[in-house]
Amino acid sequence: MIPAAFEYYRPKDLEGALSVLEEHGDDARVLAGGHSLIPMMKLRMAEVPHLIDLQDVDGLSGISIEGNTIRIGAMTTQHDIINDVQLASAAPIMREASLQIADPQVRYMGTVGGNVANGDPGNDMPGLMQCLDATFTLVGPEGEREVAARDFYEAAYMTDREDDEILTAVSFEAPSGGYAYEKQKRKIGDYATAAAAVLLTKEGGTCTAASIAMTNLSDTPVHSDAAGAALVGTSLDDAAVKAAVDAMLGDIDPTQDNRGPIEFKRHAAAVILRRAIENAWARA
Amino acid sequence: MNKELTREERADALGGMGCKRKRVEDARFTQGKGNYVDDIKLPGMLHGDFVRSPYAHARIVSINAEAALALDGVIAVLTAEDLAPLGLHWMPTLAGDKQMVLADGKVLFQGQEVAFVVAKDRYIAADAVELVEVEYEELPVLTDPHAALESDVVLREDLMGEGGSIPDGAHGPRKHPNHIFTWEVGEKDATEQVMGEADVVAEEMVYYHRTHPCPLETCGCVASMDKVNGKLTLHGTFQAPHAIRTVVSLISGIEEHNIRVISPDIGGGFGNKVGAYPGYVCSVVASIVTGVPVKWVEDRMENLMTTAFARDYWMRGKISATKEGKITGLWCHTTADHGGFDACADPTKFPAGFMNICTGSYDIPTAYLAVDGVYTNKAPGGVSYRCSFRVTEAAYFIERMIEVLAIELNMDAAELRRINFIKKEQFPYQSALGWEYDSGDYHTAWDKALKAVDYEGLRAEQAQRVEDFKAGKTRKLMGIGLTHFTEIVGAGPVKNCDILGLGMFDSCEIRIHPTGSAIARLGTISQGQGHATTFAQILATEIGLPADSITIEEGDTDTAPYGLGTYGSRSTPVAGAATAMAGRKIRAKAQMIAAYLLEVHDDDVEFDVDRFVVKGAPEKFKTMKEIAFAAYNQAIPGIEPGLEAVSYYDPPNMTYPFGAYVCVMDIDVDTGVTDIRRFYALDDCGTRINPMIIEGQVHGGLTEALAVALGQEIAYDEMGNVKTGTLMDFFLPTAWEVPNYETDHTVTPSPHHPIGAKGVGESPHVGGVPCFSNAVNDAFRAFGLRHTHMPHDHWRIWKTANELGLHG
Repeated sequence: MIPAAFEYYRPKDLEGALSVLEEHGDDARVLAGGHSLIPMMKLRMAEVPHLIDLQDVDGLSGISIEGNTIRIGAMTTQHDIINDVQLASAAPIMREASLQIADPQVRYMGTVGGNVANGDPGNDMPGLMQCLDATFTLVGPEGEREVAARDFYEAAYMTDREDDEILTAVSFEAPSGGYAYEKQKRKIGDYATAAAAVLLTKEGGTCTAASIAMTNLSDTPVHSDAAGAALVGTSLDDAAVKAAVDAMLGDIDPTQDNRGPIEFKRHAAAVILRRAIENAWARA
Repeated sequence: MNKELTREERADALGGMGCKRKRVEDARFTQGKGNYVDDIKLPGMLHGDFVRSPYAHARIVSINAEAALALDGVIAVLTAEDLAPLGLHWMPTLAGDKQMVLADGKVLFQGQEVAFVVAKDRYIAADAVELVEVEYEELPVLTDPHAALESDVVLREDLMGEGGSIPDGAHGPRKHPNHIFTWEVGEKDATEQVMGEADVVAEEMVYYHRTHPCPLETCGCVASMDKVNGKLTLHGTFQAPHAIRTVVSLISGIEEHNIRVISPDIGGGFGNKVGAYPGYVCSVVASIVTGVPVKWVEDRMENLMTTAFARDYWMRGKISATKEGKITGLWCHTTADHGGFDACADPTKFPAGFMNICTGSYDIPTAYLAVDGVYTNKAPGGVSYRCSFRVTEAAYFIERMIEVLAIELNMDAAELRRINFIKKEQFPYQSALGWEYDSGDYHTAWDKALKAVDYEGLRAEQAQRVEDFKAGKTRKLMGIGLTHFTEIVGAGPVKNCDILGLGMFDSCEIRIHPTGSAIARLGTISQGQGHATTFAQILATEIGLPADSITIEEGDTDTAPYGLGTYGSRSTPVAGAATAMAGRKIRAKAQMIAAYLLEVHDDDVEFDVDRFVVKGAPEKFKTMKEIAFAAYNQAIPGIEPGLEAVSYYDPPNMTYPFGAYVCVMDIDVDTGVTDIRRFYALDDCGTRINPMIIEGQVHGGLTEALAVALGQEIAYDEMGNVKTGTLMDFFLPTAWEVPNYETDHTVTPSPHHPIGAKGVGESPHVGGVPCFSNAVNDAFRAFGLRHTHMPHDHWRIWKTANELGLHG
């Protein structure tokens, strides 16, 4: 549990951080809250000769809500999200999900940017961002670009981000209607056995829109268009919910680990999604 | 003038036995001022780190340390070849086997120590470990003890005789190259006859999975050889510092007076820190070679993967009864997985520890137990994780068998227990497997527990829940876990308890200072138990000086009297007894001094809380404080100056704490998630020294029981890879996972212990594990479940429900 030697950088601005990335390519990594990267370095599963700490970089933290648009700086912690009253009102699913990430000590350090950029299938924020149809802002030597969360994840730890880019913010439209983030885990601090993010809108007893994303049930988060589509236009009767769950099961691809075999995970995913849908519908 | 205090007020002022004295240790622990092994920094100190085997079974083809040695700051890389000339490439285990210090030609488990790197700092050492090139030739891996006993693969060639013969082991004949011992207790033929004639026989395989004590502080040491005066000082995480001193002397050849072993503050032990590890030997050798201190502290993964595990017992049982439910016999065969070396920490004559306490709290006239120890490609160990030697295994076995028998008889499990308990008037009770239980009143404890939880009301609620479940009104089942356990702790009488030939007495030495304060040193060592608090309370009551004026010191072999350390709930039963006895020696001398000062005959004074008074004239007295001063400063004819005493206590018997526990649990059938609604724990540990510390011990032991029952395990894949080597997968509960515990007690003193105390630190773990497990099993009883193995994590509970057809 002792990392290999590395150079430590603590730039004051984004340009400084980008220049180190540009110089060292994939020998350099940015450090946000560190709760994924530092254990990987200590286990020597990640060699990072050049480590760029982003905590002094100006302008990467903070939550802004302008009109219907919510923008959260990459260095904003989960603790910040939980305690932001306006965010809790505009997008309560953010608070509900953040409260299920790890424990308070981790949440003081863990950031939105680190959580979404690392590409760890166990992280909760990527699925949540896909559910919200969020956009990620990436800054690189060519300037700034935006990528949809639903297009960002390629495989475990593999994303659309280039080695010389930094993810600086996530943004999304404030959701309306009902919401739920349901997570089954073995204990505090654990990744999900199965987790579901659900957003629903209801008009006159009919579901008019639905977005469903699952966490830790594939090597990437899974936004199940089919599951959402199965609910739209229905009154969320048993048949519709069953169709949505079945559609979701067609999109996930869990693997066996200490949380259990595939058969169990698929069962848990179905139960958790069903509960999330019921919960969101009740709130819609 | 001060008002004269009443007798009660004087007793209260002492802070003696029975009061909730606050822990004197907490001031430093809560302020981060503890002093643990890794806090020790000596001038010029070097750091050691291990190259470990990635394979569970492999031959070592070659080790190349050139690149590591070339790294700036690397001092040495030790291999078995370097240790062989000193005879230190192998070391004796506590179980009479031997263990490789560094891989001697092969490795037998993943994580085994292959080479020891010594470097100027911890970081360089870790870098150098990466640079040591080891070539392995993989060998077939055996992770199942039953398969190991059938396999042609020989794990321990070093234990084979000529022409493939199998020489006897430390515990008698071996019947297969991978077999370690067979241990038999009780009457085999008679038990089988009882089984054959019984109305009812319940049979079950009860597997107690492999887990690990996982103390918050891992194992480590700082070895410092002073070449000028020839003295070796060894700081380390040792639960038995004197035993370590003797073992180090025996294997190193350094005379025992030249070895000083110091256990500083220890961050939990739970059995993990009883034995000797390769890291200690390598650190000592490295310090001897380099002439400077060498520190070795393992990380969490090393702790979980390589230092002593616990349990891994396959217990096949049969229990017979009349159709009315009176138990007539118990039969058990256990296959014990000991890993690559037999490094169990048990008294020598008990290779399966006190597993023969497995008749539990019940009057079982005929019984038989056999245990076969087996080598596999897993880490060595087999320590008593928060229990006296293998007592958790025994308690889990009998408390599961009782439940299975209740199912077989279609009886209520609480009633089945009640009609089979050993009765109060049967104590001292001679068990069929050879123990003499000292005291107990099981019926009183049981009735109190069942009444406290409204047992009948719970059963009615459970029956309703089953109806609701069947009617589709709920997806949650309710389990009621029952346990009545009896422990055997306080090892032990030297006539039958020794470790490596060291008798398991313990000791206390007291010096009273002239001004009436004192220091007492013991052969035990606290790892969080609060000895500095409770032993001072025993003394306060025994010698009449305030607990706050008594320093308790442990863990330095240069100053403490010889003792066998702290594990197996032996501190209070053995060292606590020594403390009381030493206190009584102080009191006996104080009586003579008091009589002299009061100008009466010795027999004319009597002890009264904090003083000696003239019989019949309580206004004539000398306080212990006054007596202490006189002992040093007044010439008293016929009495030596000073007030000191030492006692070495060889207990006449073990102590037998017991308890009655009830757990109420709700189980989500669809996810396997458990919710402990209620946990009631009644403990009878005999005389209670400090109720607050007892309550803390009960909370801690129950929490570790919850961990083991609901998920904590050391799991291996077929290749012998450890699957649970970090705290992500190895379940260590936090406040979040822990329910509210209700504690209660009865008091049945031990008749042979000087103060009647029995020990409590491990009871909640011994009783807690079967209680949690029984709750899970009980929830599914109405649907036909007889037994399902621990750990009861989500997916295994889900699997049980699935196999019972509860998922539609």
